[in-house]
Amino acid sequence: MDRTVYLDYAATTPTDQRVVDAMLPFFTERFGNANSLYSLGRDAARALEDARERVASSIGAAAPDEIVFTAGGTESDNTAIIGLATAGGRAAGHVVVSAFEHHAVLEPAWWLGKHGFEVTEVQPRTDGTVHPDDLAAALRDDTVLVSVMHGNNEIGTLQPIAELAAAAHARGALFHTDAAQTLGKVDLGVAALGVDAASFSGHKIYGPKGTGVLYLKRGTRLAPYLIGGGQESKRRSGTQNVAGNVGFATALEIMDAERPTEAPRLTALRDRLVEGLLGRIEHARLNAADAPERLPHIANFVIPGVEGEAMLLHLDAAGIAVSTGSACSSGSLKPSHVLLAIGCPVEFAHGSLRVSLGRFTTAEDVDYLVDMLVPVAERLRSMNPLYEKTVAALVGHAG
Amino acid sequence: MLYSDKVMEHFGNPRNVGVIEDADGIGEVGNPICGDVMKITISVADDRIDDIKFQTLGCGAAIATSSIVTEMAKGMTLDEAVAITKNQVAEELGGLPPAKMHCSVLATDGLKVAVDDYLVKHGREPIAGPVKSADPNFDPHEDEDDHAH
Repeated sequence: MDRTVYLDYAATTPTDQRVVDAMLPFFTERFGNANSLYSLGRDAARALEDARERVASSIGAAAPDEIVFTAGGTESDNTAIIGLATAGGRAAGHVVVSAFEHHAVLEPAWWLGKHGFEVTEVQPRTDGTVHPDDLAAALRDDTVLVSVMHGNNEIGTLQPIAELAAAAHARGALFHTDAAQTLGKVDLGVAALGVDAASFSGHKIYGPKGTGVLYLKRGTRLAPYLIGGGQESKRRSGTQNVAGNVGFATALEIMDAERPTEAPRLTALRDRLVEGLLGRIEHARLNAADAPERLPHIANFVIPGVEGEAMLLHLDAAGIAVSTGSACSSGSLKPSHVLLAIGCPVEFAHGSLRVSLGRFTTAEDVDYLVDMLVPVAERLRSMNPLYEKTVAALVGHAG
Repeated sequence: MLYSDKVMEHFGNPRNVGVIEDADGIGEVGNPICGDVMKITISVADDRIDDIKFQTLGCGAAIATSSIVTEMAKGMTLDEAVAITKNQVAEELGGLPPAKMHCSVLATDGLKVAVDDYLVKHGREPIAGPVKSADPNFDPHEDEDDHAH
Protein backbone atom coordinates (compact mmCIF):
# COMPACT_ATOMS: atom_id res chain seq x y z
CA MET A 1 0.00 0.00 0.00
CA ASP A 2 1.75 3.19 -1.07
CA ARG A 3 -0.99 5.61 -0.09
CA THR A 4 -0.26 7.59 3.05
CA VAL A 5 -2.95 9.49 4.88
CA TYR A 6 -1.94 11.61 7.84
CA LEU A 7 -4.84 12.16 10.23
CA ASP A 8 -2.99 13.06 13.42
CA TYR A 9 -2.73 16.86 13.11
CA ALA A 10 -3.50 17.29 16.81
CA ALA A 11 -0.23 15.43 17.53
CA THR A 12 1.83 17.59 15.21
CA THR A 13 1.74 19.30 11.83
CA PRO A 14 4.23 19.61 8.99
CA THR A 15 5.93 23.00 8.93
CA ASP A 16 4.37 25.07 6.17
CA GLN A 17 6.82 25.83 3.36
CA ARG A 18 6.01 29.56 3.69
CA VAL A 19 7.07 29.31 7.33
CA VAL A 20 10.29 27.51 6.46
CA ASP A 21 11.09 30.19 3.89
CA ALA A 22 10.55 32.94 6.46
CA MET A 23 12.83 31.16 8.95
CA LEU A 24 15.75 30.21 6.71
CA PRO A 25 17.71 33.51 6.65
CA PHE A 26 17.95 33.44 10.47
CA PHE A 27 19.97 30.22 10.43
CA THR A 28 22.64 31.62 8.16
CA GLU A 29 23.27 35.24 7.13
CA ARG A 30 21.00 36.77 9.83
CA PHE A 31 22.34 34.59 12.62
CA GLY A 32 22.98 37.30 15.21
CA ASN A 33 22.20 37.06 18.91
CA ALA A 34 19.21 39.32 19.57
CA ASN A 35 20.91 40.55 22.76
CA SER A 36 24.06 41.83 21.01
CA LEU A 37 24.47 45.55 20.48
CA TYR A 38 26.16 45.58 17.06
CA SER A 39 24.18 45.70 13.84
CA LEU A 40 23.95 41.91 13.33
CA GLY A 41 22.45 41.64 16.82
CA ARG A 42 20.12 44.58 16.27
CA ASP A 43 18.89 42.97 13.06
CA ALA A 44 18.01 39.79 14.98
CA ALA A 45 16.41 41.84 17.76
CA ARG A 46 14.24 43.69 15.27
CA ALA A 47 13.09 40.39 13.73
CA LEU A 48 12.38 39.00 17.20
CA GLU A 49 10.40 42.06 18.32
CA ASP A 50 8.53 42.12 15.03
CA ALA A 51 7.55 38.45 15.64
CA ARG A 52 6.47 39.37 19.19
CA GLU A 53 4.26 42.21 17.90
CA ARG A 54 2.67 39.94 15.30
CA VAL A 55 1.83 37.29 17.90
CA ALA A 56 0.53 39.92 20.34
CA SER A 57 -1.69 41.37 17.66
CA SER A 58 -3.05 37.97 16.62
CA ILE A 59 -4.11 36.93 20.12
CA GLY A 60 -5.31 40.39 21.10
CA ALA A 61 -2.69 41.03 23.77
CA ALA A 62 -2.61 44.57 25.18
CA ALA A 63 1.10 44.95 24.46
CA PRO A 64 3.94 42.97 22.85
CA ASP A 65 5.69 42.54 26.21
CA GLU A 66 2.88 40.25 27.27
CA ILE A 67 4.37 37.67 24.89
CA VAL A 68 7.14 35.43 26.26
CA PHE A 69 8.78 33.13 23.73
CA THR A 70 9.47 29.62 25.02
CA ALA A 71 10.67 26.33 23.61
CA GLY A 72 7.20 24.82 23.35
CA GLY A 73 3.80 24.19 24.86
CA THR A 74 5.17 22.03 27.65
CA GLU A 75 7.61 24.72 28.74
CA SER A 76 4.86 27.35 28.64
CA ASP A 77 2.58 25.14 30.76
CA ASN A 78 5.29 24.21 33.27
CA THR A 79 6.38 27.84 33.57
CA ALA A 80 2.82 29.05 34.09
CA ILE A 81 1.77 26.45 36.66
CA ILE A 82 4.89 26.51 38.80
CA GLY A 83 5.90 30.10 38.06
CA LEU A 84 2.50 31.64 38.88
CA ALA A 85 1.92 29.48 41.97
CA THR A 86 5.33 30.22 43.46
CA ALA A 87 5.56 33.89 42.37
CA GLY A 88 6.91 36.23 45.02
CA GLY A 89 8.30 33.30 47.01
CA ARG A 90 4.90 31.79 47.79
CA ALA A 91 5.43 28.31 49.23
CA ALA A 92 1.89 27.17 50.00
CA GLY A 93 -1.61 27.59 48.66
CA HIS A 94 -4.36 25.86 46.74
CA VAL A 95 -4.21 25.10 43.01
CA VAL A 96 -7.11 23.86 40.88
CA VAL A 97 -6.73 22.09 37.54
CA SER A 98 -9.20 20.08 35.49
CA ALA A 99 -8.76 16.31 35.55
CA PHE A 100 -8.40 16.08 31.77
CA GLU A 101 -5.55 18.55 31.33
CA HIS A 102 -2.55 17.62 29.22
CA HIS A 103 0.21 16.07 31.34
CA ALA A 104 2.29 19.23 30.75
CA VAL A 105 -0.17 20.87 33.18
CA LEU A 106 -1.02 17.88 35.40
CA GLU A 107 2.58 16.95 36.17
CA PRO A 108 3.68 20.42 37.40
CA ALA A 109 0.42 20.62 39.40
CA TRP A 110 1.21 17.27 41.02
CA TRP A 111 4.76 18.51 41.60
CA LEU A 112 3.34 21.52 43.47
CA GLY A 113 1.21 19.04 45.44
CA LYS A 114 4.38 17.41 46.69
CA HIS A 115 6.02 20.75 47.51
CA GLY A 116 3.76 22.55 49.94
CA PHE A 117 0.67 23.23 47.80
CA GLU A 118 -2.71 21.53 47.79
CA VAL A 119 -4.14 20.50 44.45
CA THR A 120 -7.77 19.86 43.49
CA GLU A 121 -8.72 18.25 40.19
CA VAL A 122 -12.12 19.33 38.87
CA GLN A 123 -13.90 16.61 36.90
CA PRO A 124 -15.31 17.49 33.51
CA ARG A 125 -18.85 16.28 32.84
CA THR A 126 -19.74 13.60 30.29
CA ASP A 127 -20.24 16.30 27.64
CA GLY A 128 -16.47 16.86 27.79
CA THR A 129 -16.84 20.25 29.43
CA VAL A 130 -15.74 21.70 32.76
CA HIS A 131 -18.80 23.47 34.14
CA PRO A 132 -18.29 26.82 35.90
CA ASP A 133 -20.47 25.67 38.84
CA ASP A 134 -18.19 22.67 39.38
CA LEU A 135 -15.14 24.93 39.33
CA ALA A 136 -16.77 27.41 41.72
CA ALA A 137 -17.44 24.57 44.16
CA ALA A 138 -13.75 23.60 44.13
CA LEU A 139 -12.44 27.12 44.80
CA ARG A 140 -11.28 28.15 48.28
CA ASP A 141 -10.17 31.35 49.94
CA ASP A 142 -6.56 30.23 49.55
CA THR A 143 -6.85 29.23 45.88
CA VAL A 144 -4.02 30.99 44.08
CA LEU A 145 -4.20 29.50 40.59
CA VAL A 146 -6.71 27.76 38.32
CA SER A 147 -5.78 26.09 35.04
CA VAL A 148 -8.30 24.71 32.55
CA MET A 149 -7.43 23.97 28.95
CA HIS A 150 -9.14 25.86 26.14
CA GLY A 151 -9.63 22.92 23.77
CA ASN A 152 -9.13 19.34 24.83
CA ASN A 153 -6.44 17.66 22.75
CA GLU A 154 -8.06 14.22 22.74
CA ILE A 155 -11.78 14.85 22.38
CA GLY A 156 -11.72 18.37 20.92
CA THR A 157 -14.26 19.92 23.26
CA LEU A 158 -14.05 23.67 23.91
CA GLN A 159 -14.24 24.93 27.48
CA PRO A 160 -16.18 28.02 28.61
CA ILE A 161 -12.96 29.81 29.51
CA ALA A 162 -14.44 33.30 30.00
CA GLU A 163 -16.93 31.99 32.59
CA LEU A 164 -14.32 29.78 34.28
CA ALA A 165 -11.83 32.66 34.48
CA ALA A 166 -14.51 34.93 35.93
CA ALA A 167 -15.27 32.32 38.61
CA ALA A 168 -11.58 32.09 39.50
CA HIS A 169 -11.15 35.86 39.60
CA ALA A 170 -14.22 36.22 41.84
CA ARG A 171 -12.27 34.25 44.45
CA GLY A 172 -9.02 36.10 43.89
CA ALA A 173 -7.23 33.35 41.97
CA LEU A 174 -5.22 33.70 38.77
CA PHE A 175 -6.41 31.85 35.69
CA HIS A 176 -4.22 30.05 33.13
CA THR A 177 -5.36 28.20 30.04
CA ASP A 178 -3.48 25.74 27.85
CA ALA A 179 -4.56 26.86 24.40
CA ALA A 180 -2.16 24.71 22.36
CA GLN A 181 -5.00 23.05 20.45
CA THR A 182 -7.13 26.12 19.85
CA LEU A 183 -4.59 28.71 18.68
CA GLY A 184 -5.27 29.48 15.04
CA LYS A 185 -8.17 27.00 14.92
CA VAL A 186 -10.81 29.26 16.49
CA ASP A 187 -11.08 33.01 17.01
CA LEU A 188 -9.01 33.52 20.10
CA GLY A 189 -8.60 36.76 22.03
CA VAL A 190 -6.95 36.69 25.43
CA ALA A 191 -8.89 39.76 26.58
CA ALA A 192 -12.23 38.16 25.67
CA LEU A 193 -11.17 34.95 27.43
CA GLY A 194 -10.21 37.01 30.46
CA VAL A 195 -7.17 34.91 31.28
CA ASP A 196 -4.01 35.95 33.12
CA ALA A 197 -1.83 33.49 31.25
CA ALA A 198 -2.11 31.20 28.26
CA SER A 199 0.14 28.59 26.65
CA PHE A 200 0.65 28.09 22.92
CA SER A 201 2.67 25.73 20.77
CA GLY A 202 4.22 26.34 17.34
CA HIS A 203 4.16 22.84 15.90
CA LYS A 204 0.38 22.50 16.22
CA ILE A 205 -0.08 25.41 13.76
CA TYR A 206 2.29 24.37 10.96
CA GLY A 207 5.19 26.10 12.69
CA PRO A 208 8.43 24.50 13.86
CA LYS A 209 8.68 22.07 16.77
CA GLY A 210 10.48 23.45 19.81
CA THR A 211 8.70 26.81 19.67
CA GLY A 212 6.04 28.16 21.99
CA VAL A 213 4.58 31.22 23.60
CA LEU A 214 3.45 32.06 27.09
CA TYR A 215 1.01 34.95 27.19
CA LEU A 216 1.34 36.75 30.49
CA LYS A 217 -1.03 39.59 31.22
CA ARG A 218 0.84 42.76 32.14
CA GLY A 219 1.35 43.05 35.88
CA THR A 220 1.09 39.28 36.50
CA ARG A 221 3.90 38.14 38.74
CA LEU A 222 5.86 35.10 37.67
CA ALA A 223 8.75 33.21 39.20
CA PRO A 224 10.88 32.44 36.12
CA TYR A 225 11.31 28.77 35.38
CA LEU A 226 14.50 29.12 33.35
CA ILE A 227 17.00 31.49 34.93
CA GLY A 228 20.27 32.79 33.60
CA GLY A 229 20.93 35.69 31.24
CA GLY A 230 17.62 37.40 31.93
CA GLN A 231 16.26 37.36 28.38
CA GLU A 232 12.54 37.88 27.71
CA SER A 233 12.42 40.60 30.41
CA LYS A 234 13.82 38.13 32.96
CA ARG A 235 10.84 35.82 32.49
CA ARG A 236 12.62 33.22 30.37
CA SER A 237 16.39 33.09 30.17
CA GLY A 238 18.24 31.64 27.22
CA THR A 239 19.26 33.11 23.89
CA GLN A 240 16.08 33.55 21.88
CA ASN A 241 15.31 31.22 19.01
CA VAL A 242 14.93 33.98 16.43
CA ALA A 243 14.33 31.68 13.48
CA GLY A 244 11.82 29.64 15.47
CA ASN A 245 9.97 32.67 16.79
CA VAL A 246 9.78 34.22 13.32
CA GLY A 247 8.41 30.85 12.21
CA PHE A 248 5.83 30.88 15.01
CA ALA A 249 4.59 34.35 14.09
CA THR A 250 4.47 33.53 10.37
CA ALA A 251 2.60 30.28 11.01
CA LEU A 252 0.07 32.08 13.18
CA GLU A 253 -0.55 34.76 10.55
CA ILE A 254 -1.22 32.07 7.95
CA MET A 255 -3.69 30.39 10.33
CA ASP A 256 -5.46 33.69 10.87
CA ALA A 257 -5.58 34.51 7.15
CA GLU A 258 -6.92 31.09 6.16
CA ARG A 259 -9.28 30.43 9.09
CA PRO A 260 -12.40 31.98 7.50
CA THR A 261 -12.31 29.29 4.80
CA GLU A 262 -10.34 26.58 6.61
CA ALA A 263 -12.50 26.28 9.75
CA PRO A 264 -15.74 25.57 7.84
CA ARG A 265 -13.88 23.24 5.47
CA LEU A 266 -12.50 21.20 8.40
CA THR A 267 -15.85 21.23 10.18
CA ALA A 268 -17.51 19.75 7.09
CA LEU A 269 -14.80 17.10 6.77
CA ARG A 270 -15.12 16.23 10.46
CA ASP A 271 -18.88 15.87 10.13
CA ARG A 272 -18.41 13.71 7.03
CA LEU A 273 -16.04 11.52 9.04
CA VAL A 274 -18.40 11.22 12.00
CA GLU A 275 -21.34 10.38 9.77
CA GLY A 276 -19.38 7.89 7.68
CA LEU A 277 -17.74 6.13 10.59
CA LEU A 278 -20.82 5.88 12.79
CA GLY A 279 -22.85 4.78 9.77
CA ARG A 280 -20.50 2.00 8.75
CA ILE A 281 -18.96 0.69 11.98
CA GLU A 282 -21.61 -1.00 14.06
CA HIS A 283 -21.85 0.16 17.68
CA ALA A 284 -19.21 2.90 17.19
CA ARG A 285 -19.74 6.03 19.27
CA LEU A 286 -18.49 9.61 19.21
CA ASN A 287 -16.99 10.57 22.54
CA ALA A 288 -18.39 13.69 24.23
CA ALA A 289 -21.08 13.77 21.53
CA ASP A 290 -23.15 16.18 23.67
CA ALA A 291 -20.44 18.85 23.82
CA PRO A 292 -21.91 22.33 23.35
CA GLU A 293 -18.84 23.47 21.38
CA ARG A 294 -16.04 21.57 19.74
CA LEU A 295 -12.92 22.16 17.68
CA PRO A 296 -13.36 21.79 13.92
CA HIS A 297 -10.54 19.29 13.47
CA ILE A 298 -10.77 16.63 16.21
CA ALA A 299 -13.13 13.65 16.53
CA ASN A 300 -12.71 10.88 19.09
CA PHE A 301 -14.50 7.55 18.75
CA VAL A 302 -14.95 4.39 20.72
CA ILE A 303 -15.01 1.23 18.61
CA PRO A 304 -16.38 -1.31 21.10
CA GLY A 305 -14.82 -4.77 21.00
CA VAL A 306 -11.61 -3.48 19.42
CA GLU A 307 -8.32 -2.67 21.14
CA GLY A 308 -6.84 0.67 20.10
CA GLU A 309 -3.22 -0.26 19.51
CA ALA A 310 -4.09 -3.24 17.33
CA MET A 311 -6.45 -1.01 15.33
CA LEU A 312 -3.73 1.65 14.99
CA LEU A 313 -1.16 -0.89 13.75
CA HIS A 314 -3.53 -2.31 11.13
CA LEU A 315 -4.40 1.21 9.93
CA ASP A 316 -0.69 2.02 9.80
CA ALA A 317 -0.22 -0.97 7.51
CA ALA A 318 -2.78 0.71 5.23
CA GLY A 319 -0.74 3.93 5.32
CA ILE A 320 -2.99 5.75 7.79
CA ALA A 321 -1.62 7.68 10.79
CA VAL A 322 -4.13 8.16 13.61
CA SER A 323 -3.86 7.90 17.37
CA THR A 324 -5.52 6.09 20.20
CA GLY A 325 -5.93 7.94 23.47
CA SER A 326 -3.29 10.60 23.84
CA ALA A 327 -0.27 10.23 21.59
CA CYS A 328 1.82 11.28 24.59
CA SER A 329 0.65 8.21 26.53
CA SER A 330 1.68 5.76 23.86
CA GLY A 331 4.41 4.38 26.12
CA SER A 332 1.89 3.83 28.87
CA LEU A 333 -0.58 0.98 29.02
CA LYS A 334 -3.22 2.88 30.95
CA PRO A 335 -6.19 3.97 28.93
CA SER A 336 -6.62 7.68 28.32
CA HIS A 337 -7.13 9.76 31.46
CA VAL A 338 -9.24 12.13 29.37
CA LEU A 339 -11.76 9.47 28.36
CA LEU A 340 -11.93 8.11 31.91
CA ALA A 341 -12.52 11.65 33.21
CA ILE A 342 -15.59 12.08 30.97
CA GLY A 343 -17.04 8.80 32.17
CA CYS A 344 -16.06 6.51 29.30
CA PRO A 345 -15.93 2.93 30.64
CA VAL A 346 -12.38 1.58 30.93
CA GLU A 347 -12.96 -1.30 28.51
CA PHE A 348 -14.16 1.15 25.85
CA ALA A 349 -11.35 3.63 26.51
CA HIS A 350 -8.94 0.87 25.41
CA GLY A 351 -10.69 0.98 22.03
CA SER A 352 -10.60 4.71 21.38
CA LEU A 353 -9.62 6.28 18.09
CA ARG A 354 -8.65 9.94 17.75
CA VAL A 355 -8.77 11.37 14.25
CA SER A 356 -7.51 14.91 13.75
CA LEU A 357 -7.74 16.72 10.43
CA GLY A 358 -5.64 19.50 8.99
CA ARG A 359 -4.53 21.69 6.12
CA PHE A 360 -3.83 18.87 3.70
CA THR A 361 -6.76 16.59 4.57
CA THR A 362 -9.22 15.88 1.76
CA ALA A 363 -12.64 14.21 1.63
CA GLU A 364 -10.91 11.26 -0.08
CA ASP A 365 -8.62 10.88 2.95
CA VAL A 366 -11.56 10.76 5.32
CA ASP A 367 -13.40 8.24 3.13
CA TYR A 368 -10.25 6.12 2.83
CA LEU A 369 -9.95 5.93 6.61
CA VAL A 370 -13.53 4.72 6.97
CA ASP A 371 -13.07 2.24 4.09
CA MET A 372 -9.95 0.80 5.71
CA LEU A 373 -11.39 0.80 9.22
CA VAL A 374 -14.41 -1.35 8.31
CA PRO A 375 -12.41 -4.55 7.64
CA VAL A 376 -9.96 -3.81 10.49
CA ALA A 377 -12.78 -3.56 13.02
CA GLU A 378 -14.44 -6.66 11.57
CA ARG A 379 -11.22 -8.65 11.76
CA LEU A 380 -10.30 -7.61 15.31
CA ARG A 381 -13.84 -8.22 16.52
CA SER A 382 -13.82 -11.70 15.00
CA MET A 383 -10.67 -12.41 17.07
CA ASN A 384 -12.22 -11.04 20.28
CA PRO A 385 -13.43 -13.87 22.54
CA LEU A 386 -15.83 -11.51 24.31
CA TYR A 387 -17.30 -9.71 21.34
CA GLU A 388 -20.75 -11.29 21.51
CA LYS A 389 -20.97 -10.47 25.22
CA THR A 390 -19.86 -6.90 24.52
CA VAL A 391 -22.55 -6.43 21.90
CA ALA A 392 -25.20 -8.00 24.13
CA ALA A 393 -24.27 -5.54 26.89
CA LEU A 394 -24.34 -2.58 24.47
CA VAL A 395 -27.69 -3.54 23.02
CA GLY A 396 -28.96 -4.08 26.56
CA HIS A 397 -27.86 -0.54 27.51
CA ALA A 398 -29.42 0.92 24.40
CA GLY A 399 -32.69 -0.93 25.07
CA MET B 1 8.46 1.64 21.61
CA LEU B 2 9.26 -0.55 18.66
CA TYR B 3 8.09 -4.06 17.87
CA SER B 4 10.41 -6.61 16.28
CA ASP B 5 9.72 -7.73 12.71
CA LYS B 6 8.63 -11.11 14.03
CA VAL B 7 6.04 -9.53 16.35
CA MET B 8 4.69 -7.51 13.44
CA GLU B 9 4.63 -10.59 11.21
CA HIS B 10 2.64 -12.61 13.76
CA PHE B 11 0.38 -9.65 14.47
CA GLY B 12 -0.36 -9.16 10.76
CA ASN B 13 -0.72 -12.89 10.01
CA PRO B 14 -1.68 -14.58 13.25
CA ARG B 15 -1.61 -18.41 13.19
CA ASN B 16 -4.32 -20.68 14.60
CA VAL B 17 -7.00 -18.03 15.07
CA GLY B 18 -10.42 -19.31 16.05
CA VAL B 19 -12.18 -21.69 18.39
CA ILE B 20 -12.08 -25.49 18.32
CA GLU B 21 -15.66 -26.75 18.56
CA ASP B 22 -15.99 -29.41 21.27
CA ALA B 23 -12.51 -28.54 22.54
CA ASP B 24 -10.93 -30.88 25.10
CA GLY B 25 -9.59 -27.95 27.11
CA ILE B 26 -10.45 -24.25 27.33
CA GLY B 27 -8.33 -21.51 28.87
CA GLU B 28 -9.69 -17.99 29.34
CA VAL B 29 -7.48 -15.36 30.96
CA GLY B 30 -7.32 -11.60 31.37
CA ASN B 31 -10.26 -9.19 31.44
CA PRO B 32 -11.50 -6.27 29.35
CA ILE B 33 -10.80 -3.74 32.12
CA CYS B 34 -7.06 -4.31 31.78
CA GLY B 35 -7.46 -4.41 28.01
CA ASP B 36 -6.29 -7.94 27.26
CA VAL B 37 -8.46 -11.05 27.05
CA MET B 38 -7.32 -14.36 25.65
CA LYS B 39 -9.11 -17.65 25.02
CA ILE B 40 -7.23 -20.79 24.03
CA THR B 41 -8.96 -24.01 23.00
CA ILE B 42 -7.04 -27.28 22.61
CA SER B 43 -7.75 -30.77 21.42
CA VAL B 44 -5.63 -33.46 23.04
CA ALA B 45 -4.60 -36.93 21.79
CA ASP B 46 -2.26 -39.22 23.75
CA ASP B 47 -1.41 -36.39 26.11
CA ARG B 48 -0.17 -34.27 23.23
CA ILE B 49 -1.67 -31.03 21.93
CA ASP B 50 -3.17 -32.17 18.71
CA ASP B 51 -4.78 -28.90 17.72
CA ILE B 52 -4.86 -25.45 19.26
CA LYS B 53 -6.67 -22.20 18.46
CA PHE B 54 -6.88 -18.79 20.05
CA GLN B 55 -8.96 -15.63 20.20
CA THR B 56 -7.45 -12.48 21.68
CA LEU B 57 -8.69 -8.99 22.43
CA GLY B 58 -5.56 -6.96 22.96
CA CYS B 59 -2.65 -4.97 21.60
CA GLY B 60 -0.18 -6.01 18.92
CA ALA B 61 2.00 -7.84 21.43
CA ALA B 62 -0.97 -9.70 22.93
CA ILE B 63 -2.00 -10.98 19.50
CA ALA B 64 1.57 -11.87 18.47
CA THR B 65 2.32 -13.71 21.73
CA SER B 66 -0.96 -15.62 21.47
CA SER B 67 -0.13 -16.60 17.91
CA ILE B 68 3.40 -17.78 18.64
CA VAL B 69 2.38 -19.72 21.75
CA THR B 70 -0.08 -21.75 19.68
CA GLU B 71 2.67 -22.44 17.17
CA MET B 72 5.12 -23.49 19.89
CA ALA B 73 2.61 -25.66 21.75
CA LYS B 74 1.19 -27.55 18.79
CA GLY B 75 2.47 -31.14 18.99
CA MET B 76 3.96 -30.74 22.47
CA THR B 77 3.14 -33.05 25.36
CA LEU B 78 0.99 -31.45 28.05
CA ASP B 79 4.03 -31.35 30.37
CA GLU B 80 6.09 -29.56 27.75
CA ALA B 81 3.29 -27.11 26.98
CA VAL B 82 2.80 -25.93 30.56
CA ALA B 83 6.58 -25.53 30.92
CA ILE B 84 6.74 -22.80 28.24
CA THR B 85 7.87 -19.61 29.98
CA LYS B 86 7.07 -15.99 29.21
CA ASN B 87 10.73 -15.39 28.45
CA GLN B 88 10.78 -18.19 25.88
CA VAL B 89 7.74 -16.61 24.21
CA ALA B 90 9.39 -13.19 24.14
CA GLU B 91 12.65 -14.69 22.86
CA GLU B 92 10.86 -16.59 20.12
CA LEU B 93 9.41 -13.25 18.94
CA GLY B 94 12.80 -11.57 18.83
CA GLY B 95 12.12 -9.68 22.06
CA LEU B 96 9.26 -7.55 23.41
CA PRO B 97 9.29 -3.96 24.68
CA PRO B 98 9.56 -4.07 28.51
CA ALA B 99 6.08 -2.52 28.92
CA LYS B 100 4.63 -5.39 26.89
CA MET B 101 6.19 -8.34 28.75
CA HIS B 102 2.94 -8.99 30.61
CA CYS B 103 1.36 -10.01 27.29
CA SER B 104 3.60 -13.05 27.10
CA VAL B 105 2.46 -14.00 30.61
CA LEU B 106 -1.12 -13.92 29.38
CA ALA B 107 -0.31 -16.26 26.49
CA THR B 108 1.48 -18.85 28.63
CA ASP B 109 -1.20 -18.54 31.31
CA GLY B 110 -3.96 -19.20 28.77
CA LEU B 111 -2.21 -22.37 27.68
CA LYS B 112 -1.73 -23.55 31.28
CA VAL B 113 -5.39 -23.01 32.10
CA ALA B 114 -6.46 -24.91 28.97
CA VAL B 115 -4.22 -27.89 29.83
CA ASP B 116 -5.44 -28.03 33.44
CA ASP B 117 -9.03 -27.70 32.24
CA TYR B 118 -8.52 -30.80 30.06
CA LEU B 119 -6.92 -32.76 32.92
CA VAL B 120 -9.57 -31.86 35.49
CA LYS B 121 -12.38 -32.69 33.05
CA HIS B 122 -10.84 -36.15 32.76
CA GLY B 123 -10.64 -36.64 36.52
CA ARG B 124 -6.87 -36.08 36.62
CA GLU B 125 -4.73 -33.82 38.76
CA PRO B 126 -3.94 -30.36 37.27
CA ILE B 127 -0.23 -29.90 36.50
CA ALA B 128 0.04 -26.14 35.96
CA GLY B 129 -1.85 -24.87 39.00
CA PRO B 130 -3.65 -21.55 39.40
CA VAL B 131 -2.49 -18.57 37.37
CA LYS B 132 -2.89 -14.91 38.34
CA SER B 133 -4.42 -13.75 35.06
CA ALA B 134 -7.39 -16.15 35.35
CA ASP B 135 -8.54 -14.10 38.36
CA PRO B 136 -11.32 -11.73 37.25
CA ASN B 137 -9.64 -8.92 39.19
CA PHE B 138 -6.23 -9.48 37.61
CA ASP B 139 -4.41 -6.26 36.81
CA PRO B 140 -1.24 -6.71 34.78
CA HIS B 141 -0.26 -3.10 35.48
CA GLU B 142 -0.51 -3.33 39.25
CA ASP B 143 3.25 -3.04 39.63
CA GLU B 144 3.50 0.03 37.43
CA ASP B 145 3.84 3.61 38.52
CA ASP B 146 0.54 5.43 37.97
CA HIS B 147 2.15 8.35 36.26
CA ALA B 148 4.83 6.62 34.24
CA HIS B 149 4.92 7.53 30.57
